[in-house]
Amino acid sequence: MLVNRKLILAHFWLAFAVFGIALTLGAWQMFIRSPIGTWLSNPELYYRSLTAHGTVMGYVFPTLVAMGFGYAISESALEQRLVGVRWAWAGFWLIVVGAIMAMVPIALGRASVLYTFYPPLIGNVFYYLGVVLVVVGSWIWVALMSVNLRVWRKAHPGAPVPLAMFANVAGSYLWAWTAVGAALELLLQIIPVAAGLKATIDAGLARVFFSWTLHAIVYFWLMPTYIAYYTIVPRAIGGRIYSDSMARISFILFLVVAMPIGMHHTFADPQVGAGFKFIHSAFTALVALPTLLTVFTICASVEIAARLRGGRGMFGWIGALPWDNPMMLALAFSFVMLGFGGAGGLINMSYQLDASIHNTQWITGHFHLIFGGAIVIMYFAIAYDLWPHLTGRELIDIRLIRTQLWLWFIGMIVTTFPWHWVGILGMPRRMAYFDFGDPAIAPQALSVTLSAIGGFILLASGIMFIVILARGMRAPQVDAGPYRFALAVHQPTTVPVALNTHALWVALMIALTLTNYGYPILNLALSEGTSVPAVYVGAQ
Amino acid sequence: MSTRELFTLTNRHFKTSVGITAAIFVVTAIAGFIVLPFAQPWVQFANVWDAICSAAGVPQRAASVTAPEQSKRMSEVVLTSNTLSRPSQEAIGRGATLAQRCAICHGPTGVSRADSPNLAGQYAAVIYKELHDFRTGARTNAVMSPFAVNLTDQEIADLSNYYAYLPRLPAYHPTPQLPKPNIVIYGAPMRGIAPCGACHGSLDNKTGSPWLEGQSEAYMKAQLQAFASGERRNDISQQMRNIARAMTPQEIEQAAAYYASQPPDVVKAVD
Ligand code: HEM
Ligand SMILES: [Cu+2]
Repeated sequence: MLVNRKLILAHFWLAFAVFGIALTLGAWQMFIRSPIGTWLSNPELYYRSLTAHGTVMGYVFPTLVAMGFGYAISESALEQRLVGVRWAWAGFWLIVVGAIMAMVPIALGRASVLYTFYPPLIGNVFYYLGVVLVVVGSWIWVALMSVNLRVWRKAHPGAPVPLAMFANVAGSYLWAWTAVGAALELLLQIIPVAAGLKATIDAGLARVFFSWTLHAIVYFWLMPTYIAYYTIVPRAIGGRIYSDSMARISFILFLVVAMPIGMHHTFADPQVGAGFKFIHSAFTALVALPTLLTVFTICASVEIAARLRGGRGMFGWIGALPWDNPMMLALAFSFVMLGFGGAGGLINMSYQLDASIHNTQWITGHFHLIFGGAIVIMYFAIAYDLWPHLTGRELIDIRLIRTQLWLWFIGMIVTTFPWHWVGILGMPRRMAYFDFGDPAIAPQALSVTLSAIGGFILLASGIMFIVILARGMRAPQVDAGPYRFALAVHQPTTVPVALNTHALWVALMIALTLTNYGYPILNLALSEGTSVPAVYVGAQ
Repeated sequence: MSTRELFTLTNRHFKTSVGITAAIFVVTAIAGFIVLPFAQPWVQFANVWDAICSAAGVPQRAASVTAPEQSKRMSEVVLTSNTLSRPSQEAIGRGATLAQRCAICHGPTGVSRADSPNLAGQYAAVIYKELHDFRTGARTNAVMSPFAVNLTDQEIADLSNYYAYLPRLPAYHPTPQLPKPNIVIYGAPMRGIAPCGACHGSLDNKTGSPWLEGQSEAYMKAQLQAFASGERRNDISQQMRNIARAMTPQEIEQAAAYYASQPPDVVKAVD
């Protein structure tokens, strides 16, 4: 039951429009710092572009996808009209205003601070206020998801919450809490300085606050993808979810362990004690658990589909899968990229190994593979799957869709594998210029060139994606029927309270945040002499 | 069953999940705060509490280590981009009177006819910092130091505001404008040298870095050589020494010649 289609479409279109812009900037960045581009001779332009690319890709684009998808889930999984539609539009417009407010100072070169803010570097205050508005807009969505679930529970006392909605609300709570770190950094530390009320800033504390956000935000990005794995893919390929409880446990585990591990981003920072780094590193190891559970459950679900289609044998069933179905293709590509990216992640999370790749191009290669690859390819799949239900029109270019997915996959591999490699060779990230004529880095020229070519393949694929969706708005009308989610092999009739509600897991999430972040934050906040003078972008 | 009943010890899920989480936390905390600190043979802890504090990152002052004796003075100036940002007319006027003593070297219009630096239109923060450094002895110069030792804080601020206020005039030794050398716009990334232009104008300007257009070539060359040899050491955190040391003599020549040949109107506007 998709009633508020305009609302959902607005979120998706805005998401994909800003994605298109940021993607173009990304390809330009690739080109300009590779041996095939000529150097601009003004690094500031590079950082301007990088700030816009990171801010859009990290904050605006995934948040809008999660919101639009979340509204769609709420209406169709609960079979209930969205409660609070006006609020939802208010949240949407806050994001529009926030995004514009942030982009103007970036475009003027007044906020080239990169999306991680990098204090004591301080940009124009409107950049930060814009980011805050985007976050506030998304908090409205969090509240609405919670309210809608509550309304549904009232009407269906004791009934199992549909898996898609259970996961969706888990994701929204995770986001609500993880955004608090960056919000504290912005409101207590950066904005007072950017507004001229203070001239010094505790950069170490700011980094700790940011790490609070930085890890769990990646699981927030991941949520729509995992929801699609569990609740869309099996239905789309004619299978069933292998285990509904396993799915719930995975989402619950994300809620609990995604938060108290962010300090793996501060391994190289002197202001954090080694003991806390160790605890965060150990908890990071646990976060592999829900992903392993998911890979297992989804492979089993896919096998069910294959066997239902007549697949036989130990591996013979793989051939029986509907490989011409875009959803199948997207899932396979996503898993391959998740596998390679996950293997790289094991290196990042180990205290000792991290030292060798810290702040190198390996890191950018890694998160593009996971985020831009494994996650975003499923965003595409979600859009393709929902589109006919939102527009009432058929997506006719199935072949083009397959090509688009193939190109994204190939482009991402061609871009990120060499990107990882030059990182191992020691090439630093966030550098605007490399002198490949220097014998010391001349051997990296080939890899960087390959990456740039991969970037253009990605750009082509991104353009195709937008064209396919735009054409879908004008295709012949069809009745796509109600939007449905996958069923489990054993569709639950009762679910234990612990697996049907979020309270216990939210409590554990907050408790672990206090144990793992409480002391480091208090220690830095109460110590004297830890602040340094702010450095204002563009100031003399 | 309601959520209220969930948060009781009789609920199996509650007991297990809280138990497991607490157990993992305790085990990792013992490993991180006690076992691993003691596993480092190169660090000595007086007792367990000492190890825990160290692993928690409690700021400590090691008793056995004393700060190395400084043979030369360091700069003590703290600059922010708000330093001296809004001068009054009186301050500029007082500065003008004081500046009469400086004119013999730095020129009556703030543009030097000798190889002393031009000061007209220089950023106030820059003059402020150098005068402070001359006064404390962080920077020394046979001619300049005696002038600076007796200046008060107020006089330094006034002089800085006055010179920053003066219009930027073309220097006395203009040469044909040279093209930008690599060191100015690219730096030398492999040697850790950021482009000169990233701090000194041309590309961007950073607080405390002077603009250099039209300065005397001989003066700039001498300063770069002094930074490279460590003879001049009032740059905060060795920002200039690290760069000058890594520059080749040829790059020093190029940078000095390039900046000397530039007219002042290419300098980015202040405030
Ligand atoms: C959906 C896909 C993508 C996402 C989510 C994404 C996200 C990001 C983020 C968050 C950053 C960090 C910015 C920073 O370091 O401040 C970044 C950097 C970057 N991205 Fe992307 N990006 C995507 C696609 C692309 C594509 C397709 C390209 C190339 C064609 C690209 C090229 C770059 C480059 C060159 C950097 C800068 C790396 C550096 O200098 O350290 N990105 N991206
Ligand atoms: Cu992380």
